[in-house]
Amino acid sequence: MTQRNVLEAINNALDEEMSRDPRVMVLGLDVGKLGGVFRATSGLLEKHGAQRVVDTPLAEASIVGASLGLAISGMVPVAEIQFLGFTAQAFHQIGPQLGRYRARSRGRYHCQVTIRAPFGGGIHSPEFHSDAVEAQFVQSPGIKVVMPSNAYDAKGLLIEAIRDPDPVLYCEPDRLYRLGRMEVPDGAYTIPFGKAVIVREGDDITLVAWSAAVESCLLAAERLAGEGISATVVDVRTLVPFDVETVVGAVAKTGRCVVVHEAPLSAGFGAEVVATLASEAFYDLDAPIKRVTSWDVPYPAAPLEGWYLPSVERVVAAARETARD
Amino acid sequence: MTARLSILEPDGKLVAGAKPSMTDAVLIEALRWMLMSRIYDERATALQRQGLYGVFSPAFGQEASVVGSAMALDPVRDWIVPQYRELMALVRHGYPLERLAAMGMGRVTEAARIPDGVNVLPNQVALATQLPHAAGLAWGLKLQKKDSVVMTYVGDGGSSEGDFHEGLNLAGVQRAPVVFFLSNNQWAISTPRRVQSATPSFALRAAGYGFPGVEVDGNDVLAVYSAATEAVERARAGEGPTLIESVTYRMSFHNTTDNPSLYEDPKQRDDASRRDPIDRVVRYLTRRGLWDEQRNNETRASVRAEVDAALEKAAAFPVVTPQQLFEHIYAELPERLRRQREELSSDGSQA
Repeated sequence: MTQRNVLEAINNALDEEMSRDPRVMVLGLDVGKLGGVFRATSGLLEKHGAQRVVDTPLAEASIVGASLGLAISGMVPVAEIQFLGFTAQAFHQIGPQLGRYRARSRGRYHCQVTIRAPFGGGIHSPEFHSDAVEAQFVQSPGIKVVMPSNAYDAKGLLIEAIRDPDPVLYCEPDRLYRLGRMEVPDGAYTIPFGKAVIVREGDDITLVAWSAAVESCLLAAERLAGEGISATVVDVRTLVPFDVETVVGAVAKTGRCVVVHEAPLSAGFGAEVVATLASEAFYDLDAPIKRVTSWDVPYPAAPLEGWYLPSVERVVAAARETARD
Repeated sequence: MTARLSILEPDGKLVAGAKPSMTDAVLIEALRWMLMSRIYDERATALQRQGLYGVFSPAFGQEASVVGSAMALDPVRDWIVPQYRELMALVRHGYPLERLAAMGMGRVTEAARIPDGVNVLPNQVALATQLPHAAGLAWGLKLQKKDSVVMTYVGDGGSSEGDFHEGLNLAGVQRAPVVFFLSNNQWAISTPRRVQSATPSFALRAAGYGFPGVEVDGNDVLAVYSAATEAVERARAGEGPTLIESVTYRMSFHNTTDNPSLYEDPKQRDDASRRDPIDRVVRYLTRRGLWDEQRNNETRASVRAEVDAALEKAAAFPVVTPQQLFEHIYAELPERLRRQREELSSDGSQA
């Protein structure tokens, strides 16, 4: 039995994939001796060498753009963007270039590139470090968007990402990095994309979330149980591809639903979930669907983030209201 | 200030003391490529005016830059990462002209696909994004100990993009085997070169990235070839990147939607045509008894026949089908996209 937290699971996945496949390399800011600002790449430089664990200039567009070229040359780059908010400096290289290269070359080229990017609130980061901008990449056809919520999934989804022939944006919930350990076995295993998972079963309401918001939903479900409300929690795991079947099935069963995410409300991926449910689960719904999200305002300074993020209290209140509607 | 490398004067005489960088046979080959570029420009532009070709950007006036740089490469092991005005470089590198023409003529099907084994990346119109790609490609080839060099193209306009800086900077740090070929054609659509940068020479910028910058007369195919060959050799020897500023002039419109009469002083065009890259080679070869009117006519006729055959083949390729919208998006189409594809084909008006 090997217990690992999210960070250790990611580090272990990288190490094992680099050992298995000499084409796999890691590049980004401070990924070398420091092992990344969160230490996700700790020890990789010492074990796999400076040719495959590369500190790059502080320039996100070229980290992503060079990864595209590296992939075409035959390497398998795993690029780290230090924080998802800084994908703004690489946005034009992600969707329009990485995402479209297979299509724009009519399949001659594909980009086996993983972009790892920590994100999310609750750790009092400086400005731009916490922004949950995952939905921006859902509007970038060709990119897969992966949002692990726990250590076991973090490893299996990362190995799947590295082996996927297409580009993957792998968003890491930094708040959960060291929150606790769970069984994460040694040796490679993969979790397929496009498979949502029911992480808690209940009868009265379905909470749909991804990444760190899953943890909030599980805490909320525990409290709701104390009030006699039994909640299902669905971890969407990957926004692209999106597992419509599991989400629709879970919501159809309870007839009530709250969608929770850290991104701002308007046009967040929650809007896509709700629109899908409106067309595919309409006749099974017993109450309007609610969304608990961050507000449509810029991510605030650290002392304010408690009021900004979708707190457990807000999830409980929305679920209570929906369950009794 | 960087000295501008020049070997062949506009009047067809060698610069005093300069030696030709090509043998006569290679120069005649270069001339043929340049003629093909110009004849293709004329044909494609005419077809565009008839509605048979998409928006087209001619290389008119820049043939020496395009051809001289590409001829420094070995198509078997080297790579081209183009911008979009280097069509004949791609053909010389092995991309069949009919496939490039097919793309221009809207046959954006498998016909337009870059054939396997042709070391060319797709054209790029999100300017300068190709430079980090080229840096990464060169870096990766070096990591795999391949004996390859990457030639990538950008313009005076594209050099203002942030990716220009990021791409060159990273290539310098990694000493990647890449040549950055900047065609300074004096225009970014209607925006003149002086608006792009206060630098007296784009080549000077290389100093900021720790590798050499070279300025060449971009209408002089011998000078372009000489600079490009040297840069390719440096890269192959593990000495890292070079920035080449090829000073040329766009002797036509930016593309077929453009109207230079709204912003270009006709005098500039006249000056440029006196510096025409093709004329000077013809003068040089004629002076040396290697070219005459008969040879000129024969070569033009054979090039025309080759271009026309390519255009004919291109027009015969299958047209697009709506189903191809869903091809080559991912290795495996996700369920959600499969459903969208079914929706498209169930709609009789579109399928």
